[in-house]
Amino acid sequence: MDPLNALLALTNFVLIPGIAYGSQLALGALGVTLIYGILRFANIAHGDVMAFGTMWTILGTWLLKSWGVSLGFLPTALLVLPFGIVMTVLYLLAADKLVFSFYRKQRVRPVTLVMASLGVMFVTNGLVRLIIGPGSQYFEDGERFIINVREFMATTGLEEGVGLRTAQALTIAVALIVMVALFWFLNRTRTGKSMRAYSDNEDLALLSGINPDRVVMVTWILAGGLAAIAGVLFGLDKGFRPFTYFQMLLPIFAAAIVGGLGNPMGAIAGGYIIALSEMSITYAWRRVVAHLAPEGWEPNNLLQVLSSDYNLAVSFAIMVLVLIFRPTGIFRGKTI
Amino acid sequence: MKKLLLASAATALVTSPATADDVKIGILLGFTGPIESLTPHMAESAELAIAEVNESGLFLDGQTIAGERADSTCIDNSAATAAAERLVTSDNVVGIMGADCSGVTMAVLQNVAVPNGVPMISPSATSPAFSELEGDAAHWFFRTSPSDARQGEILAQILLDHGYETTAVSYTNNDYGQGFADSFVASFEELGGTVTLSAPHDDGEADFSSEVGALASAGGEILTVLGYADEGGAGIIQTAWESGAFDVFAMGDGMFSRGLFELTGNRLEGTIGTVPGAEGDGPELFLELTEAAGVMGDSSFTGESYDAAALMMLAMQAGGEATRDAIADNVMSIANAPGEEILPGELARGLEILADGGEIHYTGATNVDFIEPGEAAGVYREYRVEDGEFVTLNFR
Repeated sequence: MDPLNALLALTNFVLIPGIAYGSQLALGALGVTLIYGILRFANIAHGDVMAFGTMWTILGTWLLKSWGVSLGFLPTALLVLPFGIVMTVLYLLAADKLVFSFYRKQRVRPVTLVMASLGVMFVTNGLVRLIIGPGSQYFEDGERFIINVREFMATTGLEEGVGLRTAQALTIAVALIVMVALFWFLNRTRTGKSMRAYSDNEDLALLSGINPDRVVMVTWILAGGLAAIAGVLFGLDKGFRPFTYFQMLLPIFAAAIVGGLGNPMGAIAGGYIIALSEMSITYAWRRVVAHLAPEGWEPNNLLQVLSSDYNLAVSFAIMVLVLIFRPTGIFRGKTI
Repeated sequence: MKKLLLASAATALVTSPATADDVKIGILLGFTGPIESLTPHMAESAELAIAEVNESGLFLDGQTIAGERADSTCIDNSAATAAAERLVTSDNVVGIMGADCSGVTMAVLQNVAVPNGVPMISPSATSPAFSELEGDAAHWFFRTSPSDARQGEILAQILLDHGYETTAVSYTNNDYGQGFADSFVASFEELGGTVTLSAPHDDGEADFSSEVGALASAGGEILTVLGYADEGGAGIIQTAWESGAFDVFAMGDGMFSRGLFELTGNRLEGTIGTVPGAEGDGPELFLELTEAAGVMGDSSFTGESYDAAALMMLAMQAGGEATRDAIADNVMSIANAPGEEILPGELARGLEILADGGEIHYTGATNVDFIEPGEAAGVYREYRVEDGEFVTLNFR
């Protein structure tokens, strides 16, 4: 019986990585859900837009490094992040001007906009690969760890250790700040309120004098900011690779749908639900249970519900269950 | 409009110097998809061999050869089949240098190469399934890389030689990883070792914490990673080290990359592994050759790509005609002794000897030696990481 070691193992292998990954998914899902709620289409290009913002941040980081600028124990990329956000926002506004606004004026069905966003995805995909190349880039500098597992184990003399990377802590902290700021904006400011009104009922909002172009513009700005922040945090944590960002689209959409498309609260909940359930269903509990079980009763089998290659299947199974029993998602979003 | 047409015609002229008279070789590699960071160097290496032959002017009384690139995507069988179909029907290639990943290579072989009678020489399809080919498929297919079954046996032996008796295995979830892991696990257990868990990881996945969690629970003295260095494999090693799950790693050939150090710093210290590679002049000459041409010759499968293209051209020379049959019928004889040894950069000499009716043994960049049914026998370099460098311990 050793509950402390069991708790440490659980924290190290499930909780910390799960919450960090959940925060990254939540930030991505927030962008998707905002666009879905206000512009009324599923933006397939979101993953690649995240890559686009991260790419500019990486390029800026390289430039700053060549000038000898750094942020001490924090990654330099944080300093460049505003630049990455600006580039992403400009890119999205350009994409809106050149592609989406045309279809919006024609009041096409959402599926047409989805297909248009597929086109934007391919273009973004290509641009990123042209500018920075398809390979992996690691751009984290400063201190990699806040708590190093090995040092933790050495100082405490415990059997299990807990590791916390700077990028994980940053991800969780920044995600919290961004979420609070976003809710404040949507609930307290005039622009935020007009966006919600526009999302609830477009015609009524127009009648009451809300400027639709402005709402659309602010939505893209928010989505661009969220995409760049999510992309950079993920890249700091796990490295940047265009293909991975494209693949991330699947769990991000699963998170947004589980939470309720169009509902920001749902996107956040969905992100954590998807990440933690992926983590806990495919985790092999033997290590934790072995610490809790009485001497001589340690399990021989891995105690794993599903093998870890079913990760994505877990996300989709949850999504299917939610869609069957609560088609609007946990937090009452829009039906698809 | 007219200007636009003229402009596109002009760019078309610039981008594809191939003319109708050229003998065409298809270069079918995954220029997009999971191994898109490796394929440009592979294609450039194959084109290097083509350029070398063209410069000599000795190929079949001065005919010239052109490489036609096409995208295999590495993972999408239907896209790869369509690309190969295009190479065969509209570009009328004499042979295909490719494909790259084992899955698409098998699809292209069965759907395009065998029905149309086109020879393929793959530089990088290492799945053990290709050793079992029979009939027509075996006639048209060759590879300059060895089967993973062999590497699995060697890696298992290396682990035991270093005193590791229990290991967890994480392999990339495709034909390569599966075949490699099967052969490794079977050999390791046969030799008396214990595999605590053999589980796949998916490339391009965003997060590997759950995979590592399972591997950590299973335990083992060393973690064997059979994946790709700029893919999931790197993520697995990074996550496993940082969460304190494993301290030391064993790696297959896909993990051999200097880029890995950039990511993992000094954490790979003591890591052991295998990579196809031969001693001798061939590999060194190839490196010099690529350096002079500005090609990244130390990237994975570049030597194999150069050899695959060279073998195709030499086989046509040996057959005396630029046909598909000439390649399929002559590859085995020029890739094996007896005959004059031909190294990279000596293709002109090889062409000359063949034109005079002599025999050659093309050894090339990777010490080519083909065994039935047309694949490289395979020599592996055993390395250990010491002070942030891959140090060669042995050749097996």
